[in-house]
Amino acid sequence: MTLGEFSTVNRRDFIRWSGFGLAVTGQGLSAVAMAQPAPEGGLNPYVVIHEDGRVLISAPNPDVGQGVNTSLPMIVAEELDADWAAVEVIAAPVDPQRYGAQFAGGSLSVRNRWTELRTMGATAREMLLRAAAASWKVPQEQLTTEPGQVVHGATGRRASYGELAALAAQQPVPGEGDVTLKDSADYRLLGSRVVNAAAEDIVRGHSLFGIDVVVPDMVYATYVKCPRPGGTPSSANLDAVKGLPGVLDAFLIKGDAVPPVFDLRNSTHVAGGVAIVATNTWAAFKARRSLQVEWDTAGASRDDSAAIESQAVKAMEQVQGDRELVRTGDPDRAFAGAASVLSAQYLTEFISHAQLEPQGCVAHVSEDRAEVWTSSQTPGFAQITLGKLLDLPAGNIRVHQVRGGGGFGRRLSNEYVREAALISQRVGKPVKLQWMREDDMAFDFYRAPTYYRLEGALSDQGELVAWRNHVVSASADGDKANYGAGYRNKDFPDRVLANVHITQSLVPSVTPTGAWRAPESNVYAFAEQSFLHELALAANRDHREFLMATLGEDKWYEDGNLGRLHTVRARAVIEAVTRAADWGRALPENRGLGLGFYFSHAGHVAEVAEVSVDDRKGVTVHKVWAAADLGQIVNLSGAENQFQGSVVDGLSALANQRISIREGAVQQRNFDQYDLLRLPQRPDVSVTFLSSDFPPSGAGEPALPPLAPAVCNAVFAACGQRIRSLPISRQGFRIA
Amino acid sequence: MQLTINGQAQDLRDIDPEMPLLWALRDILGLVGTKYGCGVAQCGACTVWLDDNPVRSCQLTVGALAGRRITTIEGLGQDELHPVQRAWVEHDVAQCGYCQAGQIMSAAALLRRDPSPSMAAIESAMAGNLCRCGTYTRIVAAIQSAAQNLAQIDCYEVGESAQAAGDRGAAAV
Repeated sequence: MTLGEFSTVNRRDFIRWSGFGLAVTGQGLSAVAMAQPAPEGGLNPYVVIHEDGRVLISAPNPDVGQGVNTSLPMIVAEELDADWAAVEVIAAPVDPQRYGAQFAGGSLSVRNRWTELRTMGATAREMLLRAAAASWKVPQEQLTTEPGQVVHGATGRRASYGELAALAAQQPVPGEGDVTLKDSADYRLLGSRVVNAAAEDIVRGHSLFGIDVVVPDMVYATYVKCPRPGGTPSSANLDAVKGLPGVLDAFLIKGDAVPPVFDLRNSTHVAGGVAIVATNTWAAFKARRSLQVEWDTAGASRDDSAAIESQAVKAMEQVQGDRELVRTGDPDRAFAGAASVLSAQYLTEFISHAQLEPQGCVAHVSEDRAEVWTSSQTPGFAQITLGKLLDLPAGNIRVHQVRGGGGFGRRLSNEYVREAALISQRVGKPVKLQWMREDDMAFDFYRAPTYYRLEGALSDQGELVAWRNHVVSASADGDKANYGAGYRNKDFPDRVLANVHITQSLVPSVTPTGAWRAPESNVYAFAEQSFLHELALAANRDHREFLMATLGEDKWYEDGNLGRLHTVRARAVIEAVTRAADWGRALPENRGLGLGFYFSHAGHVAEVAEVSVDDRKGVTVHKVWAAADLGQIVNLSGAENQFQGSVVDGLSALANQRISIREGAVQQRNFDQYDLLRLPQRPDVSVTFLSSDFPPSGAGEPALPPLAPAVCNAVFAACGQRIRSLPISRQGFRIA
Repeated sequence: MQLTINGQAQDLRDIDPEMPLLWALRDILGLVGTKYGCGVAQCGACTVWLDDNPVRSCQLTVGALAGRRITTIEGLGQDELHPVQRAWVEHDVAQCGYCQAGQIMSAAALLRRDPSPSMAAIESAMAGNLCRCGTYTRIVAAIQSAAQNLAQIDCYEVGESAQAAGDRGAAAV
């Protein structure tokens, strides 16, 4: 199971899908959860109501900043008709039998759990109603609820949920068919602005994150790996290191003599290295200064990022690649008969996740048990792969999910969990493994570099009639693209245009790559949407009008499947964002507007950037407008925050982020060599969510892809220079 | 070696004087609100106050802090939230929240010395604190709103609360 499969799975497939080895059946997740015993005093696995009126709602999925600690409980609370002020959110234990697939990926948390959580709230409410009816000896039909209370309208009698909780817990658990879910017009909570459930703990600096976990008897560790992935330690001056102040132990972990691959479900890969165990983090870090290691590099990466790029650029000289991915209509004939043909090459580089909390994990492994505290985005996979590595049954492995200081896909893999477990196993104590920032930057699953040779054929009417894309993909095995380097079929343009030819070539690279926020989309959108702007200009048509026309007929590419393009929704967001930005208005010299649209993660999103470019290629991004149709908005504040953040993140990535690799080793070490956008560079961001009756989709990723083309198209409008490679610093631009 | 942290006298005599304050706070004193992000003063996640000034605690060695007064996020608003913390909640600033303790310490220090800062002053004071989640828009809004709230009450009284608590704590010891 890869993340690519996450992001294309719909609910129906998801329930069928046994990727996590779960007891998930055709009955649906809610049926599974309902069949499980509730926690003590609970109405179901998600809802516990205390006599004092506090309502505890479990948040099932990991939170790494995407806000599902708040949005998922809000869905339960809405149908429960709970008073949000009385709700306390708790992180659910990692328990696939009870909570299904607990992961943070593909912007799927809200989308996958929507029906399940509504049902959980509604059935818990039903139990409260039944309890009140029994207690008051009145027909249940005469009862209704107001937030936190059951009300008997005829007599005005009312009881708080807390008063009814004990009796409610004795009621039989209703089936899905016994409840009617609310009409969206009756929502009190969903769609409103709700402050993140962790906000006060965050501002007070309470212990919240993986790095904050402390368990009794715990020791501290750091783990020094070969700078070249796949290298293993032959020897080290362990005795000298063991004699340093505060150092308790130092030892080699042989590890796997190949670079890791992004195989979340199966990988038990551990990089070879030297563990230093100490009485505190600093003693472990300081001891690294004295450590000398001989590395066996027989299996180590020899990648050179500049060489990978030059091979890819050479491959892009060919109009078509070695293998065919998509052929629709008769592209060769359409190109031959075109009034004009435009061709351009777009490329991007490796970048790192740079989430602000460096990786780490607390693990306690004893003879037949393991317990870990982790900010993993896939705690279920942590359990599975740890079981394989330690040869323990899943039941003997307890995984606690802990808030993560940023995810963006970096915490989908679990190698830091395995490292911590092996170190703990060796020392026989609970261990807190802490990566240094330098480790985090050197041993990432990077966003893959990507290369697209795009060609468009225009009719004499200026219509886009055919499309070619030669995708050059980094590949470790010479057969398939590395994660994030390939091309997945898309509704646009593959199914919208009549004549499409998409081909692929491979270039060798073993540098580990993985999911970076909106994987593949975040780079492909830049190429596709920038090139469409080029085509619009070549056709002498307004970009907005050209884009609207190119989306074709009004059509949902698969009725009922939120993961498929809906051209009515697409045009609506383009219309909304261009109206908000007053598209077409006159601008001063060196100032321009740029547009980008992209559909990913079930979200239709369009963005307009307004930029000015000075004579030293300094780009000021004054404002970005975003308009989106994400279906029903769950938490307006949270969704808007994700969008504001995606704009900043997208700008951060395109400005000057690049990871370069020489002789297998990453050259950048820390934030002094890897720029994140800083506060003075932020643009104004204005977000519009279209009112929509569709079920909700996630907000974490889909706003990122349109940002780069919107900004780069605006740069062209401002100064006439086309940016075809990222970061923009390659062409001398910088974000002022 | 004696220093005062959030009003409490602390004796850190048995630890490596080269240990950065960051790790002493986190691992020795259990004050985990101050965060490790980079270790090289580039990200600001470890920002605390040394006396009244925001500093990167990853760059301060414990051995150099004898007699000094440190305020961490845990000491900023003790019973009640500091107005900056309150504004952070009201504006729902945080996404992952990891950088926010450092952001708040920088912002609160700014308002202490400049109760109604210009945009340029805000940008200058906050440029050293990275937020990968990109919450900068809300950070600025929260600072402006905290400044307005402070203007309506005695900012020095509030700004001095940690100091006052510190003095009480020191007196008790």
